[in-house]
Amino acid sequence: MIEIKDLHKSYKMGKNSLHVLKGINFSVQEGELVSIMGSSGSGKSTLLNILGMLDEADEGSYTLDGVPIKNLNEKLAAQYRNKFLGFIFQSFNLINYKSALDNVALPLYYQGVKRSERMERSMAYLEKVGLADWATHKPNELSGGQKQRVAIARALASDPKVLLADELTGALDSKTSYEIMDLIQQINDEGRTILVVTHEEDIAHMTKRIVNLKDGVIIDDKKVTQVRAIQNV
Amino acid sequence: MFSLERWQEVFETISKNKLRTFLTGVSVASGIFILVILLGVSVGFQNGIESQFQNDAENIIEIYPGLTSIDYKGFNEGRRIQLKNDDYDLAKKGSETKIEFASPMYQIFAGLISYKNESGSYRVEGVQPDYQFLEKADIIEGRFLNTNDLENKEKYAVIGNRAKKDLFGSQSPIGKYIKISGLNFKVVGVFTDPGGDREETRVYVPISTAQIVFGAGTDIRSMGFTLPKESDYDQALKQSSAFAARIENLLKTKLIIDPRDESALRINNNIENTKEIYLLISAMRLFFWAVGIATLLAGIIGVSNIMLIIVKERTKEIGIRKALGAEPLSIVGMILHESIFVTTVSGLFGLIFGLVLLEVVGPFIELDFIKNPSVNFSIAVSTLILLIAAGAIAGFFPAWRGARIKPIDALRDE
Ligand SMILES: Nc1ncnc2c1ncn2[C@@H]1O[C@H](COP(=O)(O)OP(=O)(O)OP(=O)(O)O)[C@@H](O)[C@H]1O
Ligand SMILES: [Mg+2]
Repeated sequence: MIEIKDLHKSYKMGKNSLHVLKGINFSVQEGELVSIMGSSGSGKSTLLNILGMLDEADEGSYTLDGVPIKNLNEKLAAQYRNKFLGFIFQSFNLINYKSALDNVALPLYYQGVKRSERMERSMAYLEKVGLADWATHKPNELSGGQKQRVAIARALASDPKVLLADELTGALDSKTSYEIMDLIQQINDEGRTILVVTHEEDIAHMTKRIVNLKDGVIIDDKKVTQVRAIQNV
Repeated sequence: MFSLERWQEVFETISKNKLRTFLTGVSVASGIFILVILLGVSVGFQNGIESQFQNDAENIIEIYPGLTSIDYKGFNEGRRIQLKNDDYDLAKKGSETKIEFASPMYQIFAGLISYKNESGSYRVEGVQPDYQFLEKADIIEGRFLNTNDLENKEKYAVIGNRAKKDLFGSQSPIGKYIKISGLNFKVVGVFTDPGGDREETRVYVPISTAQIVFGAGTDIRSMGFTLPKESDYDQALKQSSAFAARIENLLKTKLIIDPRDESALRINNNIENTKEIYLLISAMRLFFWAVGIATLLAGIIGVSNIMLIIVKERTKEIGIRKALGAEPLSIVGMILHESIFVTTVSGLFGLIFGLVLLEVVGPFIELDFIKNPSVNFSIAVSTLILLIAAGAIAGFFPAWRGARIKPIDALRDE
């Protein structure tokens, strides 16, 4: 599903340049649930952003579902993001003037789905994350856990190949974190490929594979036995 | 571009960001409103000044006969020149299309006029219908003389407001008969004249009637002409001087007057006295245009500032939308669609409010220098269109820049 080879990324700051990713090789099969770990500043978010086509690599190749991701123009990148990817962020990134339902419907708007169908499908995803009763509420009327559920529903709405989650439990207490991870596990059980960036050991062990990043290179990449989140709730 | 889906999206955004919409709307509406009022006041000023300074048409050319001062072709100096109907016809001939208004005039200075027991001595002028415009007489009751009256040599009179007050007090004189030199004339109208009481003691009758009643044959005392108005003074002066010179030439030849003789025919070209007014009006027009353009510019700058702020404020939202699959063009389209919609609606509001205010309050303004402020509707509408277009162009650049921000940078915006 994901195939990257010799990926490099530097940030330029004035005259200095900070080499963040120093040759990453890594692949993910369909249906995997992978966590990317590493200390702060090790380049986890940078890697995820490149995978999400939110940022571009300087060097190396990236293939997503058989499609080479290279020199995309903005328009094509937007279409690929819409079709292939769903994002879940630490800070939720919901549009605060839109209701939960309208937030979930937004990827479908950009797919050109008609309004009535958009609403119907979005409602189904809200139901799936257990928030049907909160459909008309604005984000500022929801708890952190509820906001992240809305974000997950939104990420699922466009039926993407891969879900990318950056510190999705970072802003939540541990009980809520486990509830969210339970949801993630259920979604993965249905066959969806998911990548999670985290620096929390217990969260990482709720995935099926842990990739360890240090100073811009992968130092460790191993399959683990998944801890079911539901046991901790 | 403007699909139904996007309209829904725009309406939703507008209705959920009321403050932003309101602020944008108010600034656009007030800009247009100020502009409309400004244009109206400028027109009012022009009207006011014109009516203040001009008793007679500002571009009237009058021709009076006098005594010759040079011996010419066997005629001695000191000969009295008499103008006749055919001299007037000659003067007009060939220039009909250039002339705006024209009339000959025959008057007696002390006509005894009476109504019942009231009587007085008034200047009676025999004229043609156009004379109303040469004198800037305004009808306040009834009507002025018309071509029928002239052709049928009717004994009709249009009397000045002063004469009306003297003879009729507060009654309406229309349809009543007054005696002029012992003959009954029916009053058909009352006029006022910016010249005031002096000119409002006059009584106008058809010239054809006057010539008979006063035994004048085909004699006339003077003739007057105006040419259509020009907005440029030099142009107006040039045309009227050429016109006056042509008439002078024709008449001097016909009446056998030495071309150098300056007293036999006196030509009074009023436009030579109105240079200051022309200059004042054009200076003022310039001033109001300058203020108007400055207002418009301020409006455009205001709209583009608002657009900049809106895009800045929505940077994070743009990042989210892009992460979810919004193409750059759809971001630009969304921002412009919203801004054009808001500027159009609020601009129309300002326009209508300004027009209504001028329409309702305008006629009640009675200052010496402001009269009947009003606005040319098409100018107002084109200003609005200009502002909307400028707003769209001004909004395009921040929108485009916003749409080009890398999603990762946009998402980081807080
Ligand atoms: N836009 C940027 N410009 C310059 N430097 C950046 C930028 N983004 C990240 N960096 C730097 O790159 C390095 C890696 O950042 P990254 O966000 O990938 O780390 P991370 O592993 O996600 O850390 P954390 O766990 O704290 O989120 C850091 O040193 C960071 O300062
Ligand atoms: Mg990070």
